[in-house]
Amino acid sequence: MKDPENSPKKSSDRGGDRPPSGFFPRWMNINILAQDVGFFILGLIGASIVGWIVFPAVLYSKHPQPINFNHALHLDSERVDGIEGETKDEKCFSCHSFRDDGTFTGIPKLEKCTECHDDPESPLGETPAEKTFMTKYVANEKEIPWLVYSKQPDCVYFSHIAHVKMGNIDCATCHGDFADNEKLPLYVKNRLTGYSRDIWGKRISGFYWNKKFSDRMKMDDCARCHTEKDQKQNNACFVCHK
Amino acid sequence: MKKSNDHGKYKYGMVIDIDKCTGCGTCMVACAAENNVAVRADQSDKERTITWMRLYKISNGKEFPHTEVSYFPRPCMHCDHHPPCVSVCVATATKLDFNTGIVSQIYTRCIGCRYCQAACPYGARYFNWWDVFPQDKGMDRYLTPEVSPRMRGVVEKCTFCHQRLMGAKTLAYAEDRQEIEEGEYVTACTEACPAQAITFGDLNNPEHEVSKLIKHPFTFRLLERIGTDPKVYYHSSRDWIRKLGDNFLPGEYTPVVNKTWAEEEWSTKPGRDEF
Repeated sequence: MKDPENSPKKSSDRGGDRPPSGFFPRWMNINILAQDVGFFILGLIGASIVGWIVFPAVLYSKHPQPINFNHALHLDSERVDGIEGETKDEKCFSCHSFRDDGTFTGIPKLEKCTECHDDPESPLGETPAEKTFMTKYVANEKEIPWLVYSKQPDCVYFSHIAHVKMGNIDCATCHGDFADNEKLPLYVKNRLTGYSRDIWGKRISGFYWNKKFSDRMKMDDCARCHTEKDQKQNNACFVCHK
Repeated sequence: MKKSNDHGKYKYGMVIDIDKCTGCGTCMVACAAENNVAVRADQSDKERTITWMRLYKISNGKEFPHTEVSYFPRPCMHCDHHPPCVSVCVATATKLDFNTGIVSQIYTRCIGCRYCQAACPYGARYFNWWDVFPQDKGMDRYLTPEVSPRMRGVVEKCTFCHQRLMGAKTLAYAEDRQEIEEGEYVTACTEACPAQAITFGDLNNPEHEVSKLIKHPFTFRLLERIGTDPKVYYHSSRDWIRKLGDNFLPGEYTPVVNKTWAEEEWSTKPGRDEF
């Protein structure tokens, strides 16, 4: 590739026929150098496009949730009975609760949904999502195969109660604010590892200027928060690993 | 470098009463079930068998009628002072947690060089030669969800059922407590032992039963003199058992007490001098 600004006047060839002249050896010909730099930049751009755009597009697959659950609608205590509490977190606990032994229920089972949506024939709302939910899952008593955004690898142990109750951390700090979501985001899955992209984070580089804890869910983020909150003893391996 | 975890808050340890142990092997079974320890179709190849809790048969090596046989279970000793496995680990996959005294093993971090296995003076570490819990064969339904099954090519060992510590903590938090009480966190072998030969607790807490038991003169540890400071203590009233706990030169071992029930029994019989 020729770069007209950098090229000297005698730029018709790469200087192959002419004998070497002047102080500089032939390989230092500015013309050839410009070509090389040009090819390098072109290759860099090409590789960057492949690495930053093509590869992530190939690596991740997107899956919609089986049902588009509307968090904002369900957290509206005027419209939904049984949702109580002042703060968002207290409202979260209406469905995402702790068991008596302190373990976390995570995403509720169908049993929890059918406390209100008990009759498949008479939906409580008018949304098409509820209609699907009624006919497909409530009528057949089938569990909804939710795709869990924050599903950690098998080697990770996490105690929700230690963080939410003892550590006074909001749900949204790690999970992002789901309370006002009217639509569930797409579940982005890594084709190689099978893990959710929320674990790695949305940025392929893994670099953030001002990282929020909800941006990523990697081991470094756990350790960073433990260190910031003066809980360094919880950075021991067997606190989070099992 | 920190040499001991005396400054740590907790120091979980175990006292095994060999005189109570009947050698039934329940601890091994309970351990394997709790910790998803791999089993193979043919378990007869003992060099490849994984037993976090291993039951050894020991004998005083004398002829009838002076023969005495005993059994002793061997979990990971959770060495408190420079655990040999920790200092040799090239991948930092195993660490001594100064706050609990538990020597951890992170399977996803282990590279399988088996250096720790060679370093462990107690033979408490085992290597996974195969993937034994295939995901699609339905075996994963039998697994403890709190313990991640190991993949092939990593070393594993007893973890003092640390998932039970996590469970006990979680329960304590649910009941608005910061601290767990004695007996809330015990290992699976402790809970399963029908003879109640195993006592488990916090060695740093003088109220715990283990702290009292380790002060007893009958209590000893395996290979105490190499200085690894194990947190698994053994308890026996018989001198020949205590003597087997370390490699003593002739005359080096000073007996604590020379009376045993067998000695009493045979004291009037011929051959008594051999004791």
